[in-house]
Amino acid sequence: MTTTAPVHTAPAAAPRRPLSPGRVIMYVVLVLAALFFLVPVYLLFTTALKSPDAINLATTWHWPAQLNWASFSEAWGKIGGNVMNSLFLAVTATLLSAMLGSLNGYALSKWRFRGANTMFALMLFGMFIPYQAVLIPLFQFIKSLGLYGSIWGLILAHVVYGIPITTLIFRNFYADVPDALIEAATIDGAGFWQIYGRVIFPISIPGFVVVIIWQFTQVWNEFLFAATLTNTSSQPVTYALSQLAGGQAVSWNLPMAGAILAALPTLLVYILLGRYFVRGLLAGSVKG
Amino acid sequence: MKGLSRDRLWSIAVLTPSIILIAVFVYGFIARSVYVSMTDWGNDPAQALALNPIIRFTGLANYQDLFTGFLQGRFRQELISTIFFTLFFILGCLGLGLGLALILDRNPRGEGLWRTIFLFPMSLSFIVTGTIWRWMLQPQGGVNQVTTLFGAPPSTFAWLSSTDSIWKFDWNKLPLLTASVVGVVLIVLAVRAARNGERTRTLVAGACAALLLGWALLIGPNLKLLPAPEFHGFNLALIGIIIAAVWQMSGYTMALYLAGLRGIPEELREAAKVDGANDIGMYQHVIFPLLAPITLSAMIVLGHISLKIFDLVYAMAGPDNVNTSVPALNMYLTSFRQNQFALGAAIGTILLILVAFVIVPYLTSQFRTEEGKA
Repeated sequence: MTTTAPVHTAPAAAPRRPLSPGRVIMYVVLVLAALFFLVPVYLLFTTALKSPDAINLATTWHWPAQLNWASFSEAWGKIGGNVMNSLFLAVTATLLSAMLGSLNGYALSKWRFRGANTMFALMLFGMFIPYQAVLIPLFQFIKSLGLYGSIWGLILAHVVYGIPITTLIFRNFYADVPDALIEAATIDGAGFWQIYGRVIFPISIPGFVVVIIWQFTQVWNEFLFAATLTNTSSQPVTYALSQLAGGQAVSWNLPMAGAILAALPTLLVYILLGRYFVRGLLAGSVKG
Repeated sequence: MKGLSRDRLWSIAVLTPSIILIAVFVYGFIARSVYVSMTDWGNDPAQALALNPIIRFTGLANYQDLFTGFLQGRFRQELISTIFFTLFFILGCLGLGLGLALILDRNPRGEGLWRTIFLFPMSLSFIVTGTIWRWMLQPQGGVNQVTTLFGAPPSTFAWLSSTDSIWKFDWNKLPLLTASVVGVVLIVLAVRAARNGERTRTLVAGACAALLLGWALLIGPNLKLLPAPEFHGFNLALIGIIIAAVWQMSGYTMALYLAGLRGIPEELREAAKVDGANDIGMYQHVIFPLLAPITLSAMIVLGHISLKIFDLVYAMAGPDNVNTSVPALNMYLTSFRQNQFALGAAIGTILLILVAFVIVPYLTSQFRTEEGKA
């Protein structure tokens, strides 16, 4: 059984029965669960929209009497630059690792050689290691390249440590492309690159969508590299947000508005392209 | 498939940069970390950031310090915390995820919307999740104020700042406890193997169990890691962080289970119904056994995430809260705030070993079966 079975294809909808007690309980449980997931969002917005003097622990749950949109412009003033850093970082690193993953996946799934699986397993291990185990040499290496404190050092790290997952997703994606297609192209005299350019790449769009969404989210959300490889001018938004929220004197509407700003891009990606996001999620857990 | 040898050369040429990068950035850097962890780099603050620091090879001294040194009690508490955290985090995610998946599998109205709601925290960073939940778990606010909505006084649970812990035990008993637990697990394995009629496996597992338990009984009690007893347990302040982590990751487990449930052919369910199985019987005998491999892979993915989690803790309780700290956070602070690189590398290496225990058997089993098929 492959776990990459698409989640979104529901089986033929069961005929709607009149509400039985069992189904009533089911909906009650669903609503309770949804509350658990949504209540933090409610609190996030209420607090972000309050003015600092209206934030009071006893009235945490109340909707603000007056909406204070200024929280957002103030938060943007503090971490807007970091949001732009994150954007540049995530877009560049994502495109580079998607390209690399596509070529790797193509080579691994369509031009198999002896020991390819072992090599691939060794590669995949890189996806699971705790980065703390490579952080000190990585830091030294980036420093010796002169890239410490520059966003390019961070991009390099994300592209390299993204190789396993992007290769995995593309390898599984290309595994579904019939080998007969490649064979036919070889008979027509096409070589490695012609086949990639004319046959494989044009049908890769769905694979690219999954990889780009997945990598964008991962790079945007990453914290450890962000905290160790950058300095004030190049820090991505995750680190800036942690500093914004960490101080004691800060009024809470600011970190909450900041959290919304930091969450918005990945949240939008998820809401607009959710099913591809889920596919990346499932691919990341198990090789299909 | 037979390609021209030139094409094969191209495929290897395409892979080479990635192979070199992975070899250097993963395996080379791991080797370098392990080497650094066996030196004294940074233990003398004057030498830590020197241009050409004098670094001496000290063998396993840093590891010995972490496990038995007087000053490293924080690390030992973190090791215990991370085990408890992993345990409850996995249980929470699996329980909630399976429950939600089973409900969604019964085709409620607006299924897509429910799924979106349960899964959206996955797209957030642990820093964002941590920032939100930190606010909710304020000592006098948020969750503690919920009771006032029903007219009761606010609750006073110290979510992130509690210093109480339960299930405490003396660190000196750790070898004894570990040996006993592993011994019991081996006995269970031996009994299972015996039932399945696997002789070698029964004998090996049984012999190992006897050896370990014998060691635990005879030598274990006399072993002293520390001069004085040092108690570690499950810190209650971690409960809030575990809840936030479950909030973020249970949707993922739900997606895994839902994919599994949707992959079960309808004929199987029909056949079970024809055979007279009721709902409970069908779940017990048909559906749950088919979901077992998914549970295993979910446990492995969640387990490795949990062992290396630290941004959530950083954002929720701050980096300096000793009661909620985890090794992954300690590694960052030790290396990049205190510049004790060797000690930090040792913590990183211990983390890697913990994660490798989870991941390596998984990867080898996955690829051995596939290599057999190819």
